[in-house]
Parts: sequence; C-alpha cells; structure tokens
Amino acid sequence: MKLTERHKEYWSKNLRITSILLAVWFVVTFVVSWFARELSFNFFGWPFSFYMGAQGALVIYVWIIWYYARYMNRLDMEYGVDEGED
Amino acid sequence: MAMITDTPPPVGNTQSIKGFTSQLTKVYAFYTGGFLGFVILLAIAEAMGLPKAWIGYCFLVLTVLLYAGIGIMSRTSDADEYYVAGRRVPAIFNGMATGADWMSAASFIGMAGTLYLTGYSGLAFIMGWTGGYCLVALFLAPYLRKFGQFTIPDFLGARYGGHAPRFVGIVIAILCSFTYVVAQIYGVGLITTRLSGVDFTLGIFVGLGGILVCSFLGGMRAVTWTQVAQYIILIIAYMTPLIWLSVKQTGIPIPQAVYGMQLQKVTELEIKLNADPKELEVRGIFKARSDDAKALLKDIPASMATGKAALEANLATAKSNNDAAAIKTAEDAIAKFPKDEVAAKAAWSKEAALAARAAPIAAHGEAFAAKDEAARTIAKKNFLALILCLMVGTAALPHILMRYYTTPSVKDARASVTWSLFFIFLLYFSAPALAVLVKYVVYHDLVGTAFTALPAWVANWQAVDPSLLSLADINADGIVQRAEIAIGGDIVVLATPEIAGLPYVVSGLVAAGGLAAALSTADGLLLTIANALSHDLYYKMIDPNAPVARRVMLSKTLLLVVAVLAALVAAQKPADILFLVSAAFSLAAAGFFPALTLGIFWKRATGIAATLGMAAGVGITFYYMATTQPWLREMFLGIPRAVPAELWWDINPISAGIFGIPLGFVVIVLVSMVTKAPSEEIQHLIEDVRYPNLKRA
Repeated sequence: MKLTERHKEYWSKNLRITSILLAVWFVVTFVVSWFARELSFNFFGWPFSFYMGAQGALVIYVWIIWYYARYMNRLDMEYGVDEGED
Repeated sequence: MAMITDTPPPVGNTQSIKGFTSQLTKVYAFYTGGFLGFVILLAIAEAMGLPKAWIGYCFLVLTVLLYAGIGIMSRTSDADEYYVAGRRVPAIFNGMATGADWMSAASFIGMAGTLYLTGYSGLAFIMGWTGGYCLVALFLAPYLRKFGQFTIPDFLGARYGGHAPRFVGIVIAILCSFTYVVAQIYGVGLITTRLSGVDFTLGIFVGLGGILVCSFLGGMRAVTWTQVAQYIILIIAYMTPLIWLSVKQTGIPIPQAVYGMQLQKVTELEIKLNADPKELEVRGIFKARSDDAKALLKDIPASMATGKAALEANLATAKSNNDAAAIKTAEDAIAKFPKDEVAAKAAWSKEAALAARAAPIAAHGEAFAAKDEAARTIAKKNFLALILCLMVGTAALPHILMRYYTTPSVKDARASVTWSLFFIFLLYFSAPALAVLVKYVVYHDLVGTAFTALPAWVANWQAVDPSLLSLADINADGIVQRAEIAIGGDIVVLATPEIAGLPYVVSGLVAAGGLAAALSTADGLLLTIANALSHDLYYKMIDPNAPVARRVMLSKTLLLVVAVLAALVAAQKPADILFLVSAAFSLAAAGFFPALTLGIFWKRATGIAATLGMAAGVGITFYYMATTQPWLREMFLGIPRAVPAELWWDINPISAGIFGIPLGFVVIVLVSMVTKAPSEEIQHLIEDVRYPNLKRA
C-alpha cells in the first residue's frame, strides 16, 4: 500500500506547474494592480492598467485554467494515473 | 471511511457520454432557435400594436413556464440524480450551468452600473469574480471530483474525521448561502415587479414559484438543465443591446474590441466638463446648499427656532403688505419646514450629502483617483483586498464547488472549469464596454440638451424610479449639465435597449435575462442549503440508516421551508443588498478556503485544527463586519450609523475576509503541529484524492 517513486514524481510535477501558474495569476492580478498608476500608458486606446483589469487579466485566467487542464491530462497519461477514457 | 470503495469507478462509458453530449447539443440548439423565434414573433406583434405590458407578461410567463417544464421533465427521487445530476453532465454543459449559477442579478444588472459609477475601482469585481476560478481549477475542482461525494461538508467530514469539522462546515455553508439567496430573491422580486407591474411582495412569491418547481422536483438534475437554458437566455439578453449600441456609436459590432476609442473620448469629455463654467456653477450651488445644511445641523434645536422665526416673519410681512401670492409662498414654506428634530435632522443630512455632487468628475480610466497620495494608497489597499476576498470567496462558495461533483470524470472536471470561466468571461469582459458606451451617451448626447427636448428614455425612467435617474435644472439655465444628472447604477443595463433606440421587446428580453440570472443562482443556493441540512446534518450526523427516499424527501421539504424563509426576509427589503452579497464571499473565503486546500495539499492538517481554523476565520471576519459595517453595527451593537467606525489598516468592512483567510491558515497550521497526526486511513484518502486513478503498487 505504498506510493511508488513514479507517483511521487507525478505529484511533485503537479505541485510545480501549480506554483508556476499561481505565480502568473499573482503577477497579472496583484502586481499589475499595485502599479496601476505607473502602468497607465496608452494601450490601443485604453490606459494599460485599465485594459488589464477589464480584459487582459481575464484572458490570461482562461488561459491558465485551459493550460493546466491540458498539462495535467497529459501528465495523467504519462504516469498511468488517467481514468482510461478516449 | 468507506467512501473510496463505494464510489463507482470514475471511468464512464465513453460511447454513451458522446451520444448524450451530441443529443444535448441538438436539444439546446433547437431551444435557442425556438427562443429567438419567440422574440422575433413578439417583435412583430409589437410592431402591429401589442401593448408593452403584454410583452412583459409574455416574457415572464413563458420563461418561468419553460424553467418549470424542464424541472418537471427532470423530476427524480434517485439520490445520485438528485444530488449530483447522475454525474454525467458533459464539461461544456456543466460550464454553462456553472456560469448561470455564478452570475447573479448583481452580475447581470449591477456590474455595468458599478463600473459606470466607479470606473477603474469597479474592475475589482471583474477581476475578483473571474480570477477566483484559477484557484478553483488549481486547488479544488479536480480533487473534489475525485473524492466524489455529494457536498462540501462531506469532504470536510471525511478528510478531517468526526462530526465537528462537518458541523462547522454545515454552519458556514448555510450562513453564506442564506445571505446570498436573500439577495437573489430580492432581485427576483425587483425584476418581476418591473416586468409585469405586480406588487413587490407578490413578485417575490411568483419568482419563488419558478425557483421551486425546478429545484423541488428534480434537485441538481433539474437545476443543471434549467441553468443551461437560463445561461443561453441571459447571454443573448446581455449582448443584443450592447452590440446594437456599439454599432450606433462606432459602426463596429464588437464593442469589446473598440471601446478603448470611446473611453478616450469619454476622458476628453471629462476634462472638458470639469472646466465648463456652467458645470462649475451647478457644483457651486450644491456646495453652498450642503454647507448651509451642515451649519444648520450643528445645533438642530437652535436652527429650528431661528428657521421657523424667519419664516413666520416673512409671513407677517406678506400679510401686512396684503400680497396674496407672497402669503401663499410663505405659508407653503412653513408647511414644508421640518415638523420636529428628527425630521429636521433627516432633511438636512440629505442636503448635506449633496456635497458628493459638488465634486468634480473622477476620471473613468484613472486608477485609484483620489485627492492626495494618502487617499490613493488607501484606495489601492482596499482595491487589492477586495480582489483577494472575492477570488478566494469564489473558490470557497459551496454552490459553485458542488457543481464539479457532477462531471463524469476528473478530466471533465478540469475541462469544465475552463468552460465555466469562458462562459462567465463572455459577460464580464462585456460589462466594462457597456459602462463606457453608456457613459459616452450621457456625457456626449444628454449633457447640453435643453430640458424641453430630453430624449424619451430619460422621461420614461425618471417616471419609473427617480432613484435610478433624476434630472433637475439646478442653475435654471434650461440646459442639462452633467452635475444635474443623478443616476443609479442599475439603469445602465436596464435602459440600454431604449438608449440604443431598440423596440420594447428588447427591454423585455433584458428583464428576462436578469430574471434568469437571479433564478439560476437562487436555485443553486437553495439546493446547497437543503442538502447541507438533509444530507450532512440529518443523514450523516443524526440518522445514518435513513433510506434514500426519505433523505430526498426531507431535502425537498427543507428546500421549501428555506425558500419561504428567504422570501420572507427578502420581502422586508433589507438594506444594502450589495453588502450582503459581498459578505457571503468574505465569510466563505475565511471559512472554507484554508481548510479545503490544506486538507488536500497538507497531509498533516488535523481535524481539531481544521475545526478551530474554520471557526476562527469566520469568527474574526464576522466580528470585523459587525463592528465596522454601519448597518450591521446598528443591528448588533446599537451604535448609530453616523458614528465613524474604527477600521483596521483602513480596510473596508466589505473586505473583512482579508483578516479571516490568513488567520484560518495560521490556526490550522499551528494547531496541527501540536495535535496527533491524522490516521493512516485518512492519509490514504488524501493520496487517493490526489491521483485521478491510483493503482497502488
């Protein structure tokens, strides 16, 4: 009833991608908002920080979730812990 | 701890799931076509002379009947179907259902209005209510799906062992869902009233009927399929007037891509209006009126005495001159003068508040616009704190997390979060565009019009509700100045069809969309509360041998009771609906998020620690709200609203979760270190949850 090394490797890879994506999320949300006044140069008509809050961050959020799902589904297959569909 | 063995293997029958998905796609495509056909028919009927009230009735009756119909077709007493829709909701449809579940009346009607009124600061809601899904995807959804039970307290009970964590979970789930559902039912009442002209209380109960037929008969299964239908209506209703308005203003039907241009124009108009002498004149008048009222407020009895004496002196002069007109004016002035000190205080406080309208326009696109650096720092801190609370709250609200139990597999749960956010994103990235386009209309078209030539929509909405829109010629020059317009946020969405010059049928469509948004959220929330009581409290804690039929029956009964209770509370029109909604987020964030994530990512977290952590998180959040939010403070502590609150680090009560979330984490970690590690059985449960399909070596 022990986890194998492969299992542990899968989990640490999961933690790694989770941390990376979380860092992206943090930068897009909090770092950009923190410097919102400094980052207000014109970006296709919008002040850049306004654009990020209204659209840019949202697009990146969708990308983060999409990328995580794709990455993990592949990782499942690679490490043989997938649910065996498709 | 037998849940792992009695959970059916997550491997679905691929063929049947694919067939099911394509069948669903057909049904909903047909449904969308049918709905559009219905709208077109009504538009033709309107052109032929159907009265507006009838269009409103048609939308109300048809949509509620439609939701009820889906509810009746999906009726079930099977536990799996009732609690988790049979766990075969395809990712994309679960995404749509979550979208409808998520987007409440506040998102649909309030969001664009908040952005209109607050500009950049309003973006905290846009980012907060979308970015939270990153946390759902990365920390919770796949693991909860693998765990595969029915509710969130289920997970707490299994992971932490014993009744205490489950019980605290039940209390938090009910606390935050109930606050939230009251706000939704209130929204339902408002929209029903507007759509059909019935009385507010009756409106609440009509809407309630629509909610109940659906969730009462078919539980999660009916709620899911209704929510998909509601999502389709609400997104069509939101986009139609917005796209039309964009075409009218810019000639391009993709408002989200081009409103930067309009924002620049709005910014130019803001600068121009701020320097306009007529605007300055109006603002000066407001400033003077406010200053006068403030002086009167300093000593109310004395002000009343002198005020009355002056008026009576006027009357005496008029009488001695025998001037009938002057006597009439003087008598009216005396009649209007406040009767007692309470009335005087209320009237003068209202005048004093006009100071807000004396302020120059804050730039829409400017971040943290404020008078000096210190105020800007406070605005920035609160902006970030609010984002964090809304995001973490998103990842902790049980009615949303519960939805990820309904997908066929872990893989589908992951995909389903992507779809959820995508469908939510469609509305959220449109709302800022709508706010800017409407602002352009107001600043460019409405300001500078003669009061004798106001557009029809202005007159209509002034008549409907002066708190939504009211114009008064303050400086008596016959021309509308920006400072003379008082606007309520909700009008931005509700009046867009008329502003864009669309037929009334589109207004009906928008109201139906708002109703769909409020009903779908209320459905999900009521189900969460009923399940927490029937499944977690009754079945898991009181009578573990209760047969399935009795549990489902009990859940249905409780649903009815809770719904009526919520409706009764909503009928009292509690103050500050937006605060209620935000409070639910802070409470859920502080209560659930630390215990759920640590439960999955840290094996050492113990049951006692989790119980204490949840209680501490919610406790401090609630304490901060109760001592700083004027309305709650008055209710709990009897402190009058006018007394300024002692804020911690200038954080507004709306973001109280900012204290509860870290405290929850700290308490769980510290207490876990000094208590006995969880049993091997629980450690195995955690390992199982971490792998979609764990074949042990």
